[in-house]
Amino acid sequence: MNVPESDAALAPALAAPTVGTARKAVALISGGLDSMLAVRVVQEQGIHVEGLNFFTGFCVEGHTHAIRKTDSARPKRNNALWVAEQLGIKLHIIDVVEQYKDVVLNPRHGYGAHMNPCLDCKGFMVRQAHDWMLAHNFDFIITGEVIGQRPMSQRSKTMPVIAHESGAGDRLLRPLSAQFLPATLPEREGWVDRERLHAWHGRSRRPQIELAARFGFDEYAQPAGGCCFLADKNYTVKLKDLFRSRRGRRYELDDIMLLKVGRHLRPAPGYKLIIAREDGENNFMRGYRRQFTSLRSVSHAGPLALIDGVFDEQDLLLAARITARFCQGRDEQSVEVEIASPAGAARNLIVTPLRSDEVQKEWYL
Amino acid sequence: MSRNELDARNLLCPMPVIRTQDRIAELNDGDTLTVHATDPGALHDIPAWSRIHGHLVLDAATVGDEVRIQIRVRR
Repeated sequence: MNVPESDAALAPALAAPTVGTARKAVALISGGLDSMLAVRVVQEQGIHVEGLNFFTGFCVEGHTHAIRKTDSARPKRNNALWVAEQLGIKLHIIDVVEQYKDVVLNPRHGYGAHMNPCLDCKGFMVRQAHDWMLAHNFDFIITGEVIGQRPMSQRSKTMPVIAHESGAGDRLLRPLSAQFLPATLPEREGWVDRERLHAWHGRSRRPQIELAARFGFDEYAQPAGGCCFLADKNYTVKLKDLFRSRRGRRYELDDIMLLKVGRHLRPAPGYKLIIAREDGENNFMRGYRRQFTSLRSVSHAGPLALIDGVFDEQDLLLAARITARFCQGRDEQSVEVEIASPAGAARNLIVTPLRSDEVQKEWYL
Repeated sequence: MSRNELDARNLLCPMPVIRTQDRIAELNDGDTLTVHATDPGALHDIPAWSRIHGHLVLDAATVGDEVRIQIRVRR
């Protein structure tokens, strides 16, 4: 199968007048270009579309930008909401943190390169959309999937798996690759005109970029794979360390949020230190001082650190010396470090900062 | 018509939006909701969510380290 990239291949969505029906579709909106295009292609046929966006806790977008001041040049916005507003559709954001744990911990189809359970994830989201569709009397589901674009979840062999396992069956329409797939119910019933859908395949972004230009979408999130921390090597190293330290594969939302911020150092098996890297992270981590013992230099400017785990007095002393290593008094003989318990009780230790060669490389996660 | 407050401080996007969405689902036409958040992204996201759902954004401002958004519910 070839990738149709000519103007003729792009033409169907723009050429014919809208069909005009009262049918309603619910769309998975990631905030990226593909789902944006898929919605507009279907809107062009007179379908009423509303969007769903699922919050799993592992989303890259938003959080790191919100936390880190160094990202201040980038717009602090939720791209799915922004896309919905450009498309003129309602967007429903749904918290699936609890339900999603089973997807992360027990994926039937396994993981990708890291801990990304992409196929199970897509099946889960389509199943959620299917439930929503039934509850709200919508007619079908649309996604921005393109055959061959992703190695795990967007292959010709896996697309039927998603449709089947989600329960959506032939009410799942992929407008961007529809002509390479068996006709779905919306196509067979004439709710949408199959000839005005697309036959995209492969990893090329050219058809998307060309259609975006025709639709007048001159601003959109850059595509490709970086939307989930579970596909990030550094993040999953920390997640696996969390599981090891707890002797079990389990997590809470706060755990996975804190893996997104700071330097993580584990000087001993029983505890780790999370040390802020800049002011934005300091501000974010302050919200956790009632959950963790915290440390900070009071004699010199420096970062906030949190201790996660079980520790004794010797561990606290080492943690204070490590924290001092990251403050502006790192080369001084003594630094005063405040140690505060979650209950708010504070005491100060005067410590000598660790030398750089005393901070073991293997402590870093 | 009632006046309502929502504390979404120390939550990161999209949680302030989700809390706003859930709270507004419980309110009636003409009610107002004032959301207090610390995530700077809320200054854009909550008004965007409100607009696409047809609610009226009365005010959106940064006050000190906080974001404050006032919304009038439209049904």
